[in-house]
Amino acid sequence: MSNITIKVENLSKAYQLGEIGTGTLSRDLERYWARLRGKEDPFLRIGETNDRNAKGNSNVVWSLKDLNFEIEQGDAIGIIGRNGAGKSTLLKILSRVTAPTTGSVKIKGRIASLLEVGTGFHPELTGRENIFLNGAILGMRKAEIKRKFDEIVDFAGVERYIETPVKRYSSGMYVRLAFAVAAHLESEILIVDEVLAVGDAEFQKKCLGKMNEVSKGQGRTVLFVSHNMASIGTLCKKGIVLNTGIATPVLSIKEAVESYTKLLNTVVINETGFAGNLKDKITFNQILINESIGYNSTLKPSDPISLTVRGISKIDFKRIVFIIGISCNGIRLFTLPEHINGRILTAGDFTVNFNLAASFLRPGKYTIAIGAWGETDHDWIWGPDLSLFEIGEVWTDQIRKQDEGIINGDFLRIK
Amino acid sequence: MKSLTEEDWDIEIKPGNNLLDLKLKDVWHYRDLLLLLVKRDFVSFYKQTILGPLWFFIQPLFTTIIFTFIFGNLAGISTDGLPQPLFYMAGITTWNYFAECLNKTSTVFKDNANLFGKVYFPRLIMPLSIVASNLVRFGVQMLLFLLMMLFYTSKDAHFIPNWYILLFPLLVVLMAGLGLGLGMIISAMTTKYRDLAFLVTFGVQLLMYATTVIYPLSTVLDKYPGYAWIIEYNPMTPIIETFRYGFLGKGSLSWQSLGYCASITFFIMITGLIVFNKVEKTFVDTV
Repeated sequence: MSNITIKVENLSKAYQLGEIGTGTLSRDLERYWARLRGKEDPFLRIGETNDRNAKGNSNVVWSLKDLNFEIEQGDAIGIIGRNGAGKSTLLKILSRVTAPTTGSVKIKGRIASLLEVGTGFHPELTGRENIFLNGAILGMRKAEIKRKFDEIVDFAGVERYIETPVKRYSSGMYVRLAFAVAAHLESEILIVDEVLAVGDAEFQKKCLGKMNEVSKGQGRTVLFVSHNMASIGTLCKKGIVLNTGIATPVLSIKEAVESYTKLLNTVVINETGFAGNLKDKITFNQILINESIGYNSTLKPSDPISLTVRGISKIDFKRIVFIIGISCNGIRLFTLPEHINGRILTAGDFTVNFNLAASFLRPGKYTIAIGAWGETDHDWIWGPDLSLFEIGEVWTDQIRKQDEGIINGDFLRIK
Repeated sequence: MKSLTEEDWDIEIKPGNNLLDLKLKDVWHYRDLLLLLVKRDFVSFYKQTILGPLWFFIQPLFTTIIFTFIFGNLAGISTDGLPQPLFYMAGITTWNYFAECLNKTSTVFKDNANLFGKVYFPRLIMPLSIVASNLVRFGVQMLLFLLMMLFYTSKDAHFIPNWYILLFPLLVVLMAGLGLGLGMIISAMTTKYRDLAFLVTFGVQLLMYATTVIYPLSTVLDKYPGYAWIIEYNPMTPIIETFRYGFLGKGSLSWQSLGYCASITFFIMITGLIVFNKVEKTFVDTV
């Protein structure tokens, strides 16, 4: 007996770049001619990987290339990757919105996919009418919707507005109603694309709770795409990392998140961001956050934060004090020197480490500034807002008043 | 949990579609969606209006008045001895149904690209719902036509409905099939290159003049016997002629041309289904 619900074999998807217009007709004809003669498609042959930063010579790009993996029933799988790595394409193929170029996917059971909330909502119709319409679009039978109607309305919390056209809803209500319909689908497989980015924190928690219940409680298979590593970490047991259209096999979620964070570029610092008279003597090249998490990366509150700064100095220093500053919403939270009295530095490459305690920053976005001062107070260099990291929200059942604020108050307590 | 074997796949996603696999079972499963879409079209049509569904009446009514004035009185085109408004109304009501089916179906991919790009459901549901919701509209307009017949009967106008009125359901099926089939062919052909869409918008309008909407077939045969074949080969002509013959007793009924119309419709319908089925899988990438 095998428990495999989704089996992906040699799955590839090619997209055509550029505009479709008069120029493409001749290529289409060429393609057709090649097929007639039983030859390979001349425009698909050039197998370039999908690196959006590099300039390619063909205008066909492989968004997914030779994917092979199997997903077992009841697994909650996180699909992780940078923007443009092919996550959405994969979900689109799995939810049968578009077809692959080659390869196949075999699926057991019904699929409900939530690539966007509120697809097919008609603004003129009332909440009630839209629940039925949207449910039917997602594949529910009318009787099924009727049975779950109260539950849906209750989950969305829009009972008072149920007879009002949805165009009069606030955007939050709209999203809540839409998610509620999708969340009550009876399907063996649930595919969710980053729909949780909308809605307020409380509703996001409710959604994650619901998805947790779906995967853990009901034994359904969940595929979940998000950039929020913290929520992927709590929701999923396994993960797949996509990079330029190539996927890793199914990994444990810890391995997946690690391999994803290694993938991300470390921040390469732009020299023009610095001020001060040491600008010509010291160059900072990189900031590494927790080994290799780069720009725009998400950490868990329980992660210790280690910042590594690399650079080159042109001259020797008898004393130099490296400092970092962490800001949130433009307010400097603290400034931290490497060593209070500084250190000796010889010309050449240098590395500076800062280690910050875990769970003292609350969820939010933080920017990093780095700098140094030299032998006198007049020698200095400073670069604000060079990099950014995010402490992701950890989804607990309730938000507590005691958990508010930028810094964890526990740190201030005298022990 | 029931044991699942390797061969038990419910869904297999592959690059191409089997041309003849129309997934009618899938369509049947989504029949509730079809009904809800029809309801959506109907309800959203008259939301925030005062006259509500009455608006369905107004368009054919005004068109009839204008046609009566221009073609009946100014141009003096024969109406086979029938009261002019009744003659035009018969043509307009039927023609509108066909034209609406064709127009809306031919842009079905473009209009629903956003929806199709996010959820899977059998794509065929959309054109079917268009045909069905236009049927509701057509039904309402038929009511107006019947009211008008009553009105003229009370005024002793010369027309006698006959038993061929029973062909009406067949005529509706033929019109729906023709509009749906042609629309699906056009929609499939316009997913990548939209040129054809421009042709459709004014082409349908022009086609009306090549159909016996504003003149009877007998007049054409009379005046331009050399060109009458253009009108006769138009599959909509036998439908409208039979409709008039059944309801109003004037017009021409020929089993031969009706048979011709039915086989053309069947052919177009099958072609439409196959082409539609071929493009529906990947049109999202190119539309």
